Amino acid sequence: MKLQNAIAAAAILSFAGTMGFAQTDNELTVEGQLISTEAAAPAHMENVGTVYSGWRFRSEETQAMQTDDFDNSGFVFVDDGLALMASVDGSEGKSCASCHEDAEEFAGLKAQMPRVNDSGELETLEDLVNTCRTERMGAEPWKYNGSQMAAVTAVIGLQSRGMPVDVAIDGAAESFWERGKDLYYARVGQLDLSCANCHEDNYGTMIRADHLSQGQINGFPTYRLKNAKLNTVHSRFSGCMKNVRAEPYAIGSDEFKALELYLASRGTGLSVETPSIRN
Amino acid sequence: MKNQLLAALVVCVGPTLVAAEDVASSDVVFADGAVLASLTGVAGDAVAGRAAFINRKQGNCLACHMNSEIPEQSFHGEVGPPLDYVSERWTAEELRGIVSNAKMMFPDTIMPAFYNGVDADRTLKKFAGKTVLSAQQVEDIVAYLQTLSE
Repeated sequence: MKLQNAIAAAAILSFAGTMGFAQTDNELTVEGQLISTEAAAPAHMENVGTVYSGWRFRSEETQAMQTDDFDNSGFVFVDDGLALMASVDGSEGKSCASCHEDAEEFAGLKAQMPRVNDSGELETLEDLVNTCRTERMGAEPWKYNGSQMAAVTAVIGLQSRGMPVDVAIDGAAESFWERGKDLYYARVGQLDLSCANCHEDNYGTMIRADHLSQGQINGFPTYRLKNAKLNTVHSRFSGCMKNVRAEPYAIGSDEFKALELYLASRGTGLSVETPSIRN
Repeated sequence: MKNQLLAALVVCVGPTLVAAEDVASSDVVFADGAVLASLTGVAGDAVAGRAAFINRKQGNCLACHMNSEIPEQSFHGEVGPPLDYVSERWTAEELRGIVSNAKMMFPDTIMPAFYNGVDADRTLKKFAGKTVLSAQQVEDIVAYLQTLSE
């Protein structure tokens, strides 16, 4: 296996010389803070030596939008999120701010999500928000990948910006993580492609006009130039599956949560970039 | 009028139709990854093949393969090998096999099968039981690839 990897690596190296470009070497600094866009791959990744944020695969123009919060269109939605968090909703007459006076108290949370809760369920940031809404505010849950959820999870995620992704994958999380790994390597859809086919085996190459990244999720929710709004990670999974002509799993499904955990673990050590800017 | 609409619909879902004389996607016979017999009995049209090669809803071959015979298209992929002079490396029969189902020659390849009789897991309902290309489109693309020579 190791020898095979070495041969594969040699093949990649020799091929690299003929390619247009791999990821850029640019460094990302946001508002004076250095953001780690690469890290040594975690030990569980057998086929990748270094992990890179998707930021490294974008054009200089797209990269530049993320270096200044005034240029970062995601902040329009962060403002929406802050307003939502201050708005009273539900039978208990509460807003998020009634209990969470300052969003800064969420620093570090995004870097550890998703995680297994006391009931043994894998829960995401979206789950935490909706649990608060239904159980403490007496409000209706938000649509899992709707604009309100994206905006509020962007505010919460932003509090961890610059912190290294560090999700638990052992103990109670292990079976979820294994499920996510299986999904990552499963070939699906009419085009019969797995996540790994593009984002592990071929990152750094062009697929027509798109520069394939490693499919890291450290920047979600992410503002996409393509649809000019914040996109949740499950929406992105769904879009990717449709691209390979596969029936997507449901938004908020156990499958997508498991995949989210596995992908987060593949970005261990990368900084949280929420809200990032992508194509 | 109804018939016209029906005809238009049929044209839209073209790749799924199997003309009577086509080899069904589940009946394609591979020999060492190659397909020796024409899938349609009708000679491929290289001009139509070039169009299907470019078309994002058909072959979309450019997504992964660079091809300097198509300079008017700005974006050529790098995932698969460049296809310049490809006819000097593979015979028509081998090309037909690779386009139909490259996994018969390269088991672990990323390359999708374009004329496959078996649905992959979770294939979207609207593509279930269908092939990416029609048998004639495979023949057209093979005819086009054969023009890529020195």
